Amino acid sequence: MLKKLLVANRGEIAVRIIRAAQDLGIATVAVFSAADAESLHVQIADEAVNIGPPAAKKSYLNIDAILQAAKDTGCDSVHPGYGFLAENAAFSDAVTTAGLVFVGPSGDAIRLMGDKVSARTAAASAGVPVVPGSAGRVEGIEAGRDVLTETGFPVMIKAAAGGGGRGIRIANSLAEFEQAFPQAQAEALAAFGDGGLYMEKVIGKARHIEVQVLADGSDAIHCYERECSLQRRRQKVWEEAPSRALSDALREELCASAVALAKAVNYSGAGTVEYLYDDEADRFYFIEMNTRIQVEHPVTEAVTGIDLVAEMLRIAGGEKLRLEQSDISVKGHAIEVRLNAEDPARDFAPFPGKVEDLRIPGGPGVRFDSMLYPGYQVPPFYDSLLAKLIVHAETREAAILRLTRALNELTIGGLKTTKPLFLGLAADASVQAGDVHTRWLEGWLTENAAALAD
Amino acid sequence: MAQILSPLPGTFYRSASPDQPPYKADGDAVSAGDVIGLIEVMKSFHEVKAESAGTNIRFLADNEDPVMAGAPLADLD
Repeated sequence: MLKKLLVANRGEIAVRIIRAAQDLGIATVAVFSAADAESLHVQIADEAVNIGPPAAKKSYLNIDAILQAAKDTGCDSVHPGYGFLAENAAFSDAVTTAGLVFVGPSGDAIRLMGDKVSARTAAASAGVPVVPGSAGRVEGIEAGRDVLTETGFPVMIKAAAGGGGRGIRIANSLAEFEQAFPQAQAEALAAFGDGGLYMEKVIGKARHIEVQVLADGSDAIHCYERECSLQRRRQKVWEEAPSRALSDALREELCASAVALAKAVNYSGAGTVEYLYDDEADRFYFIEMNTRIQVEHPVTEAVTGIDLVAEMLRIAGGEKLRLEQSDISVKGHAIEVRLNAEDPARDFAPFPGKVEDLRIPGGPGVRFDSMLYPGYQVPPFYDSLLAKLIVHAETREAAILRLTRALNELTIGGLKTTKPLFLGLAADASVQAGDVHTRWLEGWLTENAAALAD
Repeated sequence: MAQILSPLPGTFYRSASPDQPPYKADGDAVSAGDVIGLIEVMKSFHEVKAESAGTNIRFLADNEDPVMAGAPLADLD
C-alpha cells in the first residue's frame, strides 16, 4: 500500500483524490499555485507545498517543481488527476525515474493511446471495431469500390495529404461516388501535389458512449458504460449510466471490447475507452482511450458501488484487482451535471468571482463533488468547473426528477453558473426520452437561448 | 494621458500566440478599436481593445502577467 501521496492537481478532483487517499490511511500532500493558497484541497491535505505562480505552465504543469515537492515531503507516489499532466507520458516516466509510483499507466501506454494512428491500430488488432474505412491510401477507383463494401453510404473521400477540412468530399450513392472519386483525386493532386486518397464511413447521428475499465497490468475488468452525448463545443456537460440506447447483448459486446483492448496493451489503473454509437446501424466504433480518471467517474461509482479512485490507489500500491467481473453489476441510474462558472445567458461567458451564500443539496441519492466554500474566491486562471452534482435513483425517470429537486435546492451565490441549463434540459422532452446525439445540444441551445437569458 | 484597463480578471498576453509578434510595442501609435492584447479567463480568450487613439503606448503589464479586472495594462498618450 502507498504511504504518502502527492496530488498533482487542483480543484474538485484534488479534493476527491485527497479524500480517497485519507480513507485508505494514506498521507496526502497538496500542491498549489500562488492563486490557490486559499483552496479547499490545500486545507484538507495533511501538507501543502507552493509550487509556483498562477500560470499553470509555471505551477501545475511544472514537472520539476512537482517532483521537488514530492521529494521534499517524502512522498512515495503521485496522482495526476485529470487535465494538466495526467496524460503526459514524459511526466509518468519522470515520476517513475525519480523512484516514485505514478498512479496511472506507464509512459509507454500513454504514448500508445495518445497517438490517434497507433491507438486505432492497437484497437483494431485487439478486435475492437474502428470507424470503417480504408486501411490506408486507396490506390485508384477500383480499390475504392472495394472499400465501399466496408463503409456503405454516405462515405467520406479525403485527400491523404489534406487537413483542416480541405480536400473532403461526401458521396451519398454509387453514382455520386463514381463522379466524386476522380474529382477528389484531381483536386488532391492540384492542391497538395499528391493524389492519394483515403475513405471513411460518415457517422451522422451518433451517441458518445464510453466504458470504464480497471486493470492491474495483467488482468482487466470493466465497470460498464457511461453515455455522454450532451456536449457543448465537444465538452461534456451531462453524463449518465447506464446508456438507455444499448441492448443488453450489445452492451456486453461493447464492454468486452474495452477489456480486450486494456488487456492487449497491458494497461494498469483506471482508464476509459470511448466509442461512437450509431443508433441506426446499431453499431459502435472506437474513438480513443483516455488513460486517466475522468471527470464523470462518479456516475459509474453510483451505479456500481465501486470507489474508482481508491481502486486506482490500491493498484498503484501493487495490489492485484480485488474484483472479478462477476462481482460487478449495475444498480439503478445515475446522472452527473457539470456546474461551471459560466453565464448561460451570455453564451457561456466565464464568470469567476467570490462565492457568497452556498446551499448544497442533500438527501438520498445526491452527491456533490466540489471545492467550493462560502467566501471562496474562484480564480480566473484555470478551468470553470465548480462542482459536479451526481444523482442516483432506481430508474432514469426518477433520477431526472431527483436532479431537478437537487438543482432547486442548490444556491451558489455571487456567481453565474450553468444551473439554469440543467433545469432546462431536465424538463426537455427529448432529454427525458433519451432521444439525443452528440450534436443535439448545440441546436437546443440555439432554440432555447431566450429562455436561458431569463 | 489615458490608461487601458483590463476588462476581466485573468492572464494577460501581448500577442495572439507565443510564436506571433506582440500586437503593439512600447512607443507604437494606437487607433481606437486596435487590439492591444488578450486576457485568458478560465481557458477562453478575450481581446483587449483600445477605446481611444493615441500616439504612444507604454505597457504596464508584462506578457503572461496575472491581472485583476480593472488593473492598468498600458498608458496611452
